Amino acid sequence: MTDQATIDHTSLPGAAHSESALAARSRMKAGHFRWKALIPIFYIVFLLLPIYWLVNMSFKTNQEILGTLTLFPQHPTLHNYRVIFTDPSWYMGYVNSIIYVVMNMVISVAVALPAAYAFSRYRFLGDKHLFFWLLTNRMAPPAVFALPFFQLYSAFGLIDTHIAVALAHCLFNVPLAVWILEGFMSGVPKEIDETAYIDGYSFPRFFFRIFMPLIASGIGVAAFFCFMFSWVELLIARTLTVTDAKPISAIMTRTVSASGLDWGVLAAAGALTIIPGAIVIWFVRNYIAKGFALGRV
Amino acid sequence: MEKTWNNKAWFFVLPVLLLVAFSAVIPLMTVVNYSVQDSFGNNQFFWYGADWFREVLTSERFHDALMRNLLFSAIILAIEVPLGILVALAMPKKGVWVPVCLVLMALPLLIPWNVVGTIWQVFARTDIGLLGYTVDALGIDYNYVRNVADAWVTVIVMDVWHWTSLVVLLCYAGLVSIPDAYYQAAKIDGASRWAVFRYIQLPKMGRVLLIAVLLRFMDSFMIYTEPFVVTGGGPGNSTTFLSIDLVKLAIGQFNLGEAAAMSLVYFLIILLLSWIFYTVMTNAGTDRPLKGGAE
Repeated sequence: MTDQATIDHTSLPGAAHSESALAARSRMKAGHFRWKALIPIFYIVFLLLPIYWLVNMSFKTNQEILGTLTLFPQHPTLHNYRVIFTDPSWYMGYVNSIIYVVMNMVISVAVALPAAYAFSRYRFLGDKHLFFWLLTNRMAPPAVFALPFFQLYSAFGLIDTHIAVALAHCLFNVPLAVWILEGFMSGVPKEIDETAYIDGYSFPRFFFRIFMPLIASGIGVAAFFCFMFSWVELLIARTLTVTDAKPISAIMTRTVSASGLDWGVLAAAGALTIIPGAIVIWFVRNYIAKGFALGRV
Repeated sequence: MEKTWNNKAWFFVLPVLLLVAFSAVIPLMTVVNYSVQDSFGNNQFFWYGADWFREVLTSERFHDALMRNLLFSAIILAIEVPLGILVALAMPKKGVWVPVCLVLMALPLLIPWNVVGTIWQVFARTDIGLLGYTVDALGIDYNYVRNVADAWVTVIVMDVWHWTSLVVLLCYAGLVSIPDAYYQAAKIDGASRWAVFRYIQLPKMGRVLLIAVLLRFMDSFMIYTEPFVVTGGGPGNSTTFLSIDLVKLAIGQFNLGEAAAMSLVYFLIILLLSWIFYTVMTNAGTDRPLKGGAE
């Protein structure tokens, strides 16, 4: 096919032929495509199987879970969910988690915005070192900080408050937000800043009226990643809370060790923790990679 | 972009600096403080010098945990990176299935880490879990609570389940940023599938792949919650990784001095890795900026 294309390459019909040859080839590829699609399908099935098992269990009674292995609940029941939604010690866990996650999200993005602007627009004394130092905090093992955090927040009388967890999670979320926002801001040409100043905009007016709308998607992505990493973290959240601000994930572990075998309720509680993430992820589906790569994709 | 030199930019950075100083520097100073002192209780401390560090660096327990962690990181990288590339290559490049695939694949990343542990703890049980039951029914003797090899397999499969999607997403972002013209040129040249991968896709994915490898390495190096929920570090100490060991030492045995010294050694290792990560990222970014998936 390519031979013919090269022979007639001077005349117009020949060129058209080579185009159609290319199209034919990609159509052939499209035939193979169905085989190729098996890989992502298998992969997604592998990802969904354990989740399916959890959801399946959450609709079963304990007798059924422990009795026989069934692929579908034989006697579907909402009992497990009812337990969670009627018992404050359960559902307050979700409320607590959401309170400190949102607090953390707001604080992180608010302080990260000016810092990211500074890093993306200016060079200043020690800027590179500072940027690196921020990264090291994102990479710090939470286990190292668990005990000193406990003592620090005890000294301030903040143990078992939402703000304590929100502040502690800033350790890894603020650097993350700075890195992501810096990536997005560097994509906005500097001429926009200069034009705004020439037009007589003051800095705050420029920043809120012109610049922030331009990086709105970046702010959304940064907020999402702060939400996510605060939502999935357990070690620090558990260390800093006793009862009043205890996150749902910590309540789950406690219940496992105490009553041991209430598998149905445990599964329901687990299934409910997946929902917030599953909802918000839809909004940032095209930016997930950028966020994980700290704004560097 | 040409940046102007302006030291007043420090004022913009100040809030971040204060906040992170509060949540990182002060706790870290406490750790440093503990690492050079010993206590007989009653809040009476005395100078202990570098003895804790000597103890940690020569202790077999720390070496074992470090070796286990390195082995774990090496195994999951060897599985997750090729698998991630394979899935990313096979994913559709456009169409209605793309967002569906992306969202479904990202799902495990958004589950709280201890729920991930719980899911696998249940899923791998031979009495009530689908996986454990199936493996058992196939006649394979499988028990992740008692058998060391089974515990390792379970923890590794769990990590592959949890984090391979990160590699997929990053590679996919790198792949969609390759202009169509590259593929058309390759088709005209009659390039084989392997040649397209080797000379077009792999070099173009290089940067994101590097980020993926480094992130996975570092995150697997501080893994705590998931293996702790599934195996609790056992059987014996066979799945006690560095973080689990550290928490055992600090909170379980309340050996603050040794735990603090171990924290600092651990932190220095991470610092070294971060420095490599940072240098590689900033250098790879300057010569050929790649734009992908984000548009």
